[in-house]
Amino acid sequence: MRLVKQAIDRDGSGTITLFPEDPEDMWFTYNLIRPSDLLRASALRRITTESATGSTSSTRVHINLLIRVEKLDFDTQSSQLHVSGCIIEETKYTKVGQWHTLDLELNRNFTLEKKDGWDSVARNLVKEACDPAKQADVWAVIMQEGLAHLAVLTGQRTVLRQKVEMTVPKKRGTGKQGDHDKALEKFFQTTLDTLLRHIDLGSNLPILLASPGFVAQAFLKFILETATRTGNKPLIGQKGNFVVVHAASGYLHSLNEVLQSPEVLARLKDTKYARETRLMDTFMSLLYKDDGRAAYGPREVEQAVEKGAVGRGGGILLISDSLFRAQDVGTRRRWVGLVDRVRETEGGEVRLLSGTHESGRQLEGLGGVAAMLTFPLEYLDGDEEEEDESALPKRETNGEKT
Amino acid sequence: MSRHKLVKALDLDEELDDFDGGAESDYGEEVGAEDKEQLRLGTAKVRAVLGPEVSITDKEIEDSLWHYYYDVDKTVNYLLGQRTNSQTPKKTKKQNMDAEVKKPDAPFSIADFFSDSPWLNIPEDRRGEILIEPLYPRGKLLGGTSNPDGAPKSKLAALAAARKKKENQRVEDGQNATSSVALLDKLGHKPRQAKSDNALNLSNPKPSSAITEQTVNEQPRKYSRRKSKGLESPQNDQPVKEGFIRSHSLASPDIEKKPEITPTAGPSVFARTIFGAPTVSQQHDIQTSNRYVLAPDTHAEFDFTGPSPDDIVTKAQNTKGPTKKSHKQPPQPSSGDKSVNAVVQGVGDVTIEEHKVRGKTLDVVAEFERSKPKNAANFVVIGHVDAGKSTLMGRLLYDLNVVDQRTLDKYRKEAERIGKASFALAWVLDQGTEERSRGVTIDIAMNKFETESTSFTILDAPGHRDFIPNMIAGASQADFAVLVIDASTGNFESGLKGQTKEHALLVRSMGVQRIVIAVNKLDTVQWSQDRFDEIFQQVSAFLTSAGFLAKNLAFVPCAGLTGDNIVRKVDHPQASWYTGAPLISLLESSEPITRALEKPLRMTVDDIFRGGVQNPLSVSGRLDAGNVQIGDAVVMMPASQTASIKDLEVDSEPAEWAVAGQNVILHLADIEAKYLKSGDVVCAPSAPIPCITSFIVKILAFEHITPMHCEVHKGRLHAPGRITKLVSQLDKASGAAVKGKKPRMIKPGSVARVVVEVDEQVPLEQGGRVILRAGGETIGAGLVE
Repeated sequence: MRLVKQAIDRDGSGTITLFPEDPEDMWFTYNLIRPSDLLRASALRRITTESATGSTSSTRVHINLLIRVEKLDFDTQSSQLHVSGCIIEETKYTKVGQWHTLDLELNRNFTLEKKDGWDSVARNLVKEACDPAKQADVWAVIMQEGLAHLAVLTGQRTVLRQKVEMTVPKKRGTGKQGDHDKALEKFFQTTLDTLLRHIDLGSNLPILLASPGFVAQAFLKFILETATRTGNKPLIGQKGNFVVVHAASGYLHSLNEVLQSPEVLARLKDTKYARETRLMDTFMSLLYKDDGRAAYGPREVEQAVEKGAVGRGGGILLISDSLFRAQDVGTRRRWVGLVDRVRETEGGEVRLLSGTHESGRQLEGLGGVAAMLTFPLEYLDGDEEEEDESALPKRETNGEKT
Repeated sequence: MSRHKLVKALDLDEELDDFDGGAESDYGEEVGAEDKEQLRLGTAKVRAVLGPEVSITDKEIEDSLWHYYYDVDKTVNYLLGQRTNSQTPKKTKKQNMDAEVKKPDAPFSIADFFSDSPWLNIPEDRRGEILIEPLYPRGKLLGGTSNPDGAPKSKLAALAAARKKKENQRVEDGQNATSSVALLDKLGHKPRQAKSDNALNLSNPKPSSAITEQTVNEQPRKYSRRKSKGLESPQNDQPVKEGFIRSHSLASPDIEKKPEITPTAGPSVFARTIFGAPTVSQQHDIQTSNRYVLAPDTHAEFDFTGPSPDDIVTKAQNTKGPTKKSHKQPPQPSSGDKSVNAVVQGVGDVTIEEHKVRGKTLDVVAEFERSKPKNAANFVVIGHVDAGKSTLMGRLLYDLNVVDQRTLDKYRKEAERIGKASFALAWVLDQGTEERSRGVTIDIAMNKFETESTSFTILDAPGHRDFIPNMIAGASQADFAVLVIDASTGNFESGLKGQTKEHALLVRSMGVQRIVIAVNKLDTVQWSQDRFDEIFQQVSAFLTSAGFLAKNLAFVPCAGLTGDNIVRKVDHPQASWYTGAPLISLLESSEPITRALEKPLRMTVDDIFRGGVQNPLSVSGRLDAGNVQIGDAVVMMPASQTASIKDLEVDSEPAEWAVAGQNVILHLADIEAKYLKSGDVVCAPSAPIPCITSFIVKILAFEHITPMHCEVHKGRLHAPGRITKLVSQLDKASGAAVKGKKPRMIKPGSVARVVVEVDEQVPLEQGGRVILRAGGETIGAGLVE
């Protein structure tokens, strides 16, 4: 993402013009735009004109539209963002009050104006999005016998691209082993075919093969054998990119374990997801110690922040980015306030975790927000928590549909 | 059943075989002493009547007598007639039949047809026949044969045509006979039929009735003598048999309706009863305008209202009536009303019979109790990786001669070749290629062996932590467990921290009460009693704390590799301190477990595979509750797809039913493989297991539990999900919720109530035992509430 123009006043009002360059930027944009914001972008609109005789003719025109955002729709698979809203500026072809859905496109500027001004979280997001240091994507195949999840890990999110599920007969006595081996080979073949369909072999990305037991190893062996047999040069060329890792199961949440494995850390030391995973891990172990220095859940964390426990000297606030995606302005403001308070007043650290990474999901399981405290706290009654939790947005499920 | 299916079910080959060959195949067999005596007497009488100048062999006379049930007069007539004719009528008919079957399209020979008729005074009915017969080939065109030059018809068509002709001939013969008995007597033409018809006519003068009765008599002969013998058993008034015979006459009205039947031979009483009195004009229609249509139609119409010929054959073969006297009893001519009743009754009987072909609707529970089964027990073998579980079980099977020396030698040789000689015994259970090359059990291995009192099923679980899901699958099918502990220095300690502990907790939480602890590899520590005692102390302390009762624990020192104290007692001098029983006796002391036989069927699918050529889709598993039998309909959850059980096996032996607790293979029909996956539940359609996405579990925590992602395991079923809410911590002793604030975290060892959500619907019901795992560790186990 490139920041084209920034015109923000001290009170936070103003506009920012951005230039998205790759699909990942759409994800940033999705997180940035909130309902009731003003968005100006180029649009393709079909204009229908009626002649005096009553015959109609329709033409497509490129126009710049300014809309007030009503609804956002992000397609995780194709990384496309559709923003619909009400046109608020009259043009040659459109009137105020007409509806339009803007399909934000790559390499086309858009200008955004926040209704309530640019808060710190939004500004940080823009900063982060425009950070030129690109983070490499990683492919991961999490598998067990008869089940494989193909996912791509980008800096911001984990996208499940495909799930492969097949029935592999179990071992059954002498002479019947053939069924199992045959089915397993078929499963490998299907998984490989699926992987090749999704992956761009030219991009030279690391591919993690993770499984319990020996499935991943057997799969790698199968891949290399198949590549040699079929003379698939690009695939043979990927040989060095495959990393076999241990995972507890073939489900996507095993990614956590995968990302903590030394093999992966050696390769992907400073990626955002590796950092986030490590952070969550630290938090969980602190929580298991049960010495009162770990807090989770909205109510609890807010109380901790209130008491100044998330401050200088090790206080870290972990917060899922999905909280800021709340439709309700009040809810968003609440979290932004919390973040601002920790960062500015208390002097603690704030870490935004992507809700689509496994670590972020883990955090969402805890209520979307957690904190490592500088001193132990005894907590008050958590009666109100329930309503808080129910106010949380549902976790992203888009990625799992396919 | 549609008519097409009936046509398909018709075994043409058998039909045709019976048709041309069967009539004489077992003629005269099983002649009893009584029969012989009667035959002898009859022969003497016949000879006396015939006089010496007639040269007829005794054999011929006997045969004829047999035919006419020792009726001397008839026999004489027949024999005389036979001498007059160069060919026996029987033979002629048979030849005709053969010719018809082989060359069904051969033009009807008028000469043949009239070979037995006088030149003049041709009966009216026969004249009619002449006009109709040559039209058949044209009629065929409508029946679907596109070959204009009369190329061979299909077998079915040929059969039907042949039958029809035969039928015509019969009908016509019969009429001929009825109208000109005297003539027949004189010429001796087809005396058999003439006579029998004559006899029938005496009691029932209506010609139509004669036809029907004759058909009744004649029909079975179409198939084989044997069958007719079985049918015409002395108790001809027995409902089923009589009904069966009569049921042919139900079939025959179809034939009788054919245009060949002249109006002079009106419809039979049966036909009238069933189809209503036909008007003359209708008959006329049939005769004239509709004949092209009807002629080929008879192919389809033939017999299909009644049971298929195959059914009849099967039925006849199943009827084990006395065959000896069968020929003595001439078919009883009965009055019209009576036979109508019999027909109705017969039809009823036959229909019921047809329904019974599928599904026997046994009272499985009663069957099971009657079968007085041996005690059956499944046990799961658990323990840390490399504790020697598979080897121990391999040794057990070898010592019990379940595995022969040759197989083991083969394994040994192969194992040596890849440098894993000590794994030979384990290979008895580790059949997988991967398992063998890596020397580690990956999946549950099932093996069966029997002792005098009990039949056991071994579930050899993998010890490696990565394969605990498989171990869970095995343990869920077990009645008790054998915990194998590696006694060698260092390994016991690491095991106790590792899967020894996890496995023991898992089996306990899956409801296993009794556990046999095999302290293995004691030979490596010189059968040290101190070592054994030390292990005994630690393990029993741990197991009691895990909730096993002390009385349900049994320890045995053993050595799997050498086989000491497994089946035979250890004879090692260093082990003289051990006076107890070997492992096998401890296994036998397990008590039989009562099962929910009457509850609705539940079976967790362990495996889905191709059960062979006949059974493209089979599932295996253990019946958790209820019973099942061949022909049952079942519902597969969560797919909610119904299937029917085509066949089933209990412990790899074909069976008709199975009850809870048995390891079964169900061969399914009417379902596709895509609807099944391991972990699905086979249910009774009346009470399918609910499929849910969210449930409350009362769990015992093995690890720290917070709201987190986890996998839900139940037997083979595993599903990704998450703990969404910690409802309350429970008091371990009383089970009551601990008052106070909501728990933030559940510590290991405590009991709590949590809400679990799964991504996909899973078949779970109240009281189901589930295991929650996360990150490769078991975090808790509990009961669904």
